[in-house]
Amino acid sequence: MPRDRSSERWLFLLPALIILSVLTAWPLIQTIWLSFTDMEISARGQPARWVGVENYLYTLTDPDFHDALARTLYFTIASVGLETIIAVPVAILLSLEFPGRTVLRVIIILPWALPTIVNAIMWRLILHPDYGSLNAALVQLGISHEYESWLGDPDRAMTMIVLADVWKNYPLIAFVVLAALQTIPRELFDAARVEGASAWQQFRRIVMPSIIGPLLVVVVLRTIEAFRVFDIIYVMTKGGPADSTKTGSFFVYQEYFQYLRAGSGASYATAMAVMSGALIAFYFILLRFSQKRRPK
Amino acid sequence: MWRKTAVYAVAAYIGLWASAAVAETTINAIFMSQTAYSESDVRGMTADFQKENPDVIVNLEFVPYEALHDKIVAAQGGGGQGYDVVLFDVIWPAEFAEKGFLLDVTDRIPPDMTDQVLDGAWTTVGYNGRRYGMPWILDTKYLFYNTEMLKMAGFTAPPKTWNELASQARAIKEKGVVKHPIVWSWSQSEAMICDYTLLSAAFGGSILSNGEPTFERGGSLKAVEFMKATLDEGLSNPSSREYLEEDVRHVFSNGEAAFALNWTYMNALANDPAQSKVAGKVGIAPAPGVDGISELSAVNGSMGLGIPASSGHVEEAWRYIVFLTSRQTQEKYAKLSLPIWKASYSDAKVAAGQEDVVAAANQSLRAMVPRPIVAAYTEISSILQRQIHAVLLGELSPSEGLEKAAERVRRIRP
Repeated sequence: MPRDRSSERWLFLLPALIILSVLTAWPLIQTIWLSFTDMEISARGQPARWVGVENYLYTLTDPDFHDALARTLYFTIASVGLETIIAVPVAILLSLEFPGRTVLRVIIILPWALPTIVNAIMWRLILHPDYGSLNAALVQLGISHEYESWLGDPDRAMTMIVLADVWKNYPLIAFVVLAALQTIPRELFDAARVEGASAWQQFRRIVMPSIIGPLLVVVVLRTIEAFRVFDIIYVMTKGGPADSTKTGSFFVYQEYFQYLRAGSGASYATAMAVMSGALIAFYFILLRFSQKRRPK
Repeated sequence: MWRKTAVYAVAAYIGLWASAAVAETTINAIFMSQTAYSESDVRGMTADFQKENPDVIVNLEFVPYEALHDKIVAAQGGGGQGYDVVLFDVIWPAEFAEKGFLLDVTDRIPPDMTDQVLDGAWTTVGYNGRRYGMPWILDTKYLFYNTEMLKMAGFTAPPKTWNELASQARAIKEKGVVKHPIVWSWSQSEAMICDYTLLSAAFGGSILSNGEPTFERGGSLKAVEFMKATLDEGLSNPSSREYLEEDVRHVFSNGEAAFALNWTYMNALANDPAQSKVAGKVGIAPAPGVDGISELSAVNGSMGLGIPASSGHVEEAWRYIVFLTSRQTQEKYAKLSLPIWKASYSDAKVAAGQEDVVAAANQSLRAMVPRPIVAAYTEISSILQRQIHAVLLGELSPSEGLEKAAERVRRIRP
């Protein structure tokens, strides 16, 4: 009969729990509390006044915030979707044996190693309407006749930011998938080939079941990250042109640091956190579902 | 005997420590890294200050203008680790004073100084009759023009009215001198609101009256209509809608524009052959007016230096501010930003090599209009930025955009 080790487990978990509660739980509780007050950033030390759900009434009926949420969703779905679509074939290619594979692996991971700010500045320069290399390349190749505005056009700006984000982040997904691929025994493929399985069948029956778990985990991480996107947009467009790249996190920042309404800013932050939570829950259900279906 | 010696030794030791502590007073100052004084100018002034004040070490931090407000606000929670001297824009004293972010320094300023400094400069630091710093950068937007391009199109003098400017630009465009004759800083930013305020004043409009929006009608509406019309006609560079001041300078310095609206600093840099193709062909004049309404137009784009309420080194910070804003320092570094001191404008040393700038300044600085002095300015401005930008991008008509902005401004939470 196995010994009851639950108290030991708690003991080992304790340090992590303490750190989490100090760094995450306490600020979270404080933010939620703030969101029910009219607290302002001020050096006068005015006490916060309880205002109930007033902040939320304003936040949730703010038409600009609704637009921002729609933009956030577009950014999240487009960038994480594209990253996944690119990452899986890249991972499969990198798992094949060919000369120069290691060098290629290093080159492909490089964008991910860049700080977001550096990536954003680099893309802003590439997309610059007058001196950007994208315009120069398009005109010199004869694809376009005129220099175009990429980040100054409200219909395009967000898509351009998505591309910049995909360029930086797809290697992360690719490398997680690559790691998963390397756990598949070669014999499985040999056996499949002997049995006459097509490439698609091999992908569907051997590759997919082995990568789906790790892939879902990294997609969850990327989704949460993408949903609270701020830095890349702040550097590339500051939310412009005409607010066309202003995402949910911008409202938190704007209310808090620009308009100095800490209470109202906290309500935007809480609303964003709840929505992230819903996304995470959705993925967990999906993950569980995929694990149940996974062949033993 | 040895006991006495020991006491002296300890006393000397403590004394040494105390003096070492004095020598090591470090103050943190935050500046911006664009327009007006350059980073190297500020470093130069600070080195001069430290020569005279070896007991104070100044830590300098430079951030883009767009990050300045939020950095100052965020540092309020930093207590002793925050800033001791901050550069603040003319549009913030109302907000900063209401929130208690800046020290009231009215009583530190000698009364006789009031008459020695230009009135527009004092507006920069004042709110409700109190002063929250010393004015430092006295600036407005001027009309810069490429003298060669004007000559090629047959013009000998810069335009006096905005209509005249449009017709000169039209001629320049038709003659094929340059594709888009006018360049502006019309990205969704405060830079655009500066141009808008200036144009609005030129057309006789106002932004707010008794806290209520007035920008959706009259001269302010005409200003946006004018902005949009120059874009539609191809007179204004369409990329203006994603430019800040530095982009305007680059386009103008590259010889890709005949007219540009920008701050004083552009004159010296556009005339520097190392970084400009149009050096020696740069004309500067007050921004035009509108027939029957205004003779010229100018917006107050000045900035001041203040001490955050959280500073632990008020005396040293004030000494530094007094040094930076002194007539002597300002006259020494007068190429990128003109002094706040009235007497400097009749000083031949200051005017030397930039007589045209000083001549334009003498007219423009007296005509400067402020942006609204209200605590909610940041929010009003960002609403205007968004809607005017939508107009310039063709998403809304000028009256629709401004109506929408007015509606949002009325919705601002108290």
